Amino acid sequence: MGSVILQAKAISKYFLDPIHVQVLKEITFTINKGEFVSIIGKSGCGKSTLLYILSTMDTEYEGELWIEGVSMRNKKEKDLARVRNEKIGFIFQFHYLLNEFSVLKNVMLPGLKLGLRSEQEVEYRAYEKLKILGIEKESLRKPNQLSGGQKQRVAIARALINDPVIIMGDEPTGNLDKKNSELVFDIFKELTTAFNQSLLIVTHDGEFAKKTHRIIEMEDGKIISM
Amino acid sequence: MKYRLIASIAFSLLLARWRQTMVAAIGVTFSITMFIALLSFMSGLNDMLDGLILNRTPHIRMYHEIKPSLPQPIDKSSDYTHFHNFVSSIKPKNDRLEITNSAAIVSALKKDERVLGVAPKITAQVFYNVGVVDVTGVINGIDVEAENKLFLFNDYLVAGNSMDLKNTPNSIILGKGLADKILVQIGDVVQVTTSKGERMPLKVVGYFQSGLREFDNLQSYCSISTTQKVLGESANYCTDIQVKLKDVTLAPRMAKAFEGLFGLDAIDIQTANAQFETGSFVRTLISYSVGITLLIVAGFGIYNILNMMIYEKMDSIAILKATGFSGLDVNLVFITIALSIGIIGGMLGLLAGLGLSAIIDRIPFITASLPSIKTYPIDYAPRFYIIGALFSIITTYFAGYFPAKKASNIDPVVIIRGK
Repeated sequence: MGSVILQAKAISKYFLDPIHVQVLKEITFTINKGEFVSIIGKSGCGKSTLLYILSTMDTEYEGELWIEGVSMRNKKEKDLARVRNEKIGFIFQFHYLLNEFSVLKNVMLPGLKLGLRSEQEVEYRAYEKLKILGIEKESLRKPNQLSGGQKQRVAIARALINDPVIIMGDEPTGNLDKKNSELVFDIFKELTTAFNQSLLIVTHDGEFAKKTHRIIEMEDGKIISM
Repeated sequence: MKYRLIASIAFSLLLARWRQTMVAAIGVTFSITMFIALLSFMSGLNDMLDGLILNRTPHIRMYHEIKPSLPQPIDKSSDYTHFHNFVSSIKPKNDRLEITNSAAIVSALKKDERVLGVAPKITAQVFYNVGVVDVTGVINGIDVEAENKLFLFNDYLVAGNSMDLKNTPNSIILGKGLADKILVQIGDVVQVTTSKGERMPLKVVGYFQSGLREFDNLQSYCSISTTQKVLGESANYCTDIQVKLKDVTLAPRMAKAFEGLFGLDAIDIQTANAQFETGSFVRTLISYSVGITLLIVAGFGIYNILNMMIYEKMDSIAILKATGFSGLDVNLVFITIALSIGIIGGMLGLLAGLGLSAIIDRIPFITASLPSIKTYPIDYAPRFYIIGALFSIITTYFAGYFPAKKASNIDPVVIIRGK
C-alpha cells in the first residue's frame, strides 16, 4: 500500500451534556493511500462521532489528527473548511443535495468553491464524474426528481469533484435498498481499484464491511479490532 | 469568481422562496415609497410655510435704530476708566432714521460676492384718511424690481401688476385686508397723511395678500421715489437696506461684520425668526422619525423571512459547510440575500415614491392666504432619495446581519447527526 494519508493519535471525545460521558477513548489508527476501510460497531459506539472528528467538522476533541502529514489541531474554521473542500469528500446517509440547483450544479459547487479551475473546466469534470457513476443523463434535472439510489450517486460524484485525498461516508448505503447498496459498493470498489482512491466508510452493514480491505470494529468508544 | 459563486447560491435560494422574497421586498418598497412621499410633502409644506415669512424676510436687514449711545462721554474720559460710572435718566439721542450714505453702502454690498442681491427700503408710518376716520398703516417704499427678484413680491399680488407701481407716479398697492377696510378699489385714490402732517393722494394699482391677516390689514407698498415724496425727503433717503445672501447660514456672522463695517444696526434672519426655525426643525424631525420607523418595520420583515429561510435551509447550510464552504461564505450568502431584497425593494420604492409625490403634486390645494399656490407643495430634493436609498441598504443589512451570523454559526455535525 501507499503512503499514510490520515493518522489519528489518541483521539478522545467527551459529551458534557446531559451528563459527562466519554464517547471516544484514545483512538489511534492510520489509513494509507488507496485503502478501503470500514468502521463498524453498534449504535452509539461512537463511530459517527469519530468520523465527524476525522472530517474536521467537529473540533472539540483531545488527541492529534494529521491529514497528509498536516496537523488539524489549532487550525482556523476557514482553513478547516478549505481542508474539507480540497482533501475530503463526504457522503452522508441522506444525500443532502440542494434542491435549488440542478444535479450538475450540485456536483460543481465544491469545485467552484475551490476555485482552482475555470467554470467550464469544473463543469466538464462534473460531467465526467457523473459519467463514471452512470447518471450523466440526469445532469440537468433537479435532485428531487431523482430516485434515492440516483441521488446517492450524485452525492458520490460531488464528493469526487475535487479529487479528494480521502472519501468519508457516514452510512452511505443505510438508506438504500439492497440493489442500490450493491451498486454503491461496486462504485466504491471501482474507485479504489481504478483510481487508487482511499475510502473510510462507517456502516453497520456487516455484509458491506466484509468486502472492504480492512474493518475497524468499535465498541464503547474503543477500537476492539483492526 | 469567488463572489459570483456566493451570489449564484444566494439568488437560487431567493428564487426558491420567491413569494416570501417578494413580500419582503414589497415591505421595503412600501416603506421607502412612504418615506419619500412623506418627506417630500412635509418638506414642501415646510418650505411653503416658511416661505410665508422667510421668503419675504431679508437675510440681513440693516437699519438705524433710535437708541441711547452705549458709551457715554464719561466712559471715554481717561480720568475715570477704572471707576464704575452710574449715569441716570439716559435718553436716546436726537437722531434720524435715515441711513446716511446709503448709496455707497448699497454699491459696496453689491460688490460682495457672498451677496445675492440688495434692496433698499423705506418704512413710513402713515394714516389713510377715509372720510372722517383715520386708519393707521405703514407704507413700504420698495425698489420694485429688486423686491420681485429677491422677495417674490409679485407672487403675493392678487390684483394688479407690481410694475405699475414703478410706472405710474404716485401709486400704491394696498394689503387686501386694508383695501376692504377702507373700501377702495383699483383705480381709486386714497388720501395718506404722514406722521409729520403732510398729506398726499395716491392711486391704488393693486392688492396684495400675504396670508398673514395682521400684516395685510396694515401694510401697503409704494415705489421708493413715491415714498420719498410722501415723506418730503430727498432722493437719497432710505431707512432699511435688505440683503439676501447666497448662503443663508452665513447671515449671523455677516450681520455682525456689516454692523462694524457700516456703523449700522444689522439683524440676521435666524435671530429675527427663531420660532420658524424651531417649527421647521420639529416638523422635519417628526417626518424623519416616521419614515425611519417605517423602514425599521420593513427591516423586521426581512429579518423574519431570513430567519425562516435559515430554518428551512438548515440542511443546505450544513452540506455547504461540510463540502468546504466556510462560515464567512455562508454569512455572505445571507447578507447578499438581504441586501438584494433591500436594493431591489429600495429602488422600486424610490420610483414609487417619486410617482406618489408627483400625484400629490397634482392634487389641487387652493387657499385664500396663498394666492400663488394651486396644488399641494412637494419638495423634490435629491437628498430624500439619497437618504432613502442609504437607509434601505443599511436597515436590510442589519436585518440580514443577525440571521446571517446565525447561519454561519450552524454546526453541520449537529444538523447531520440529528437525522
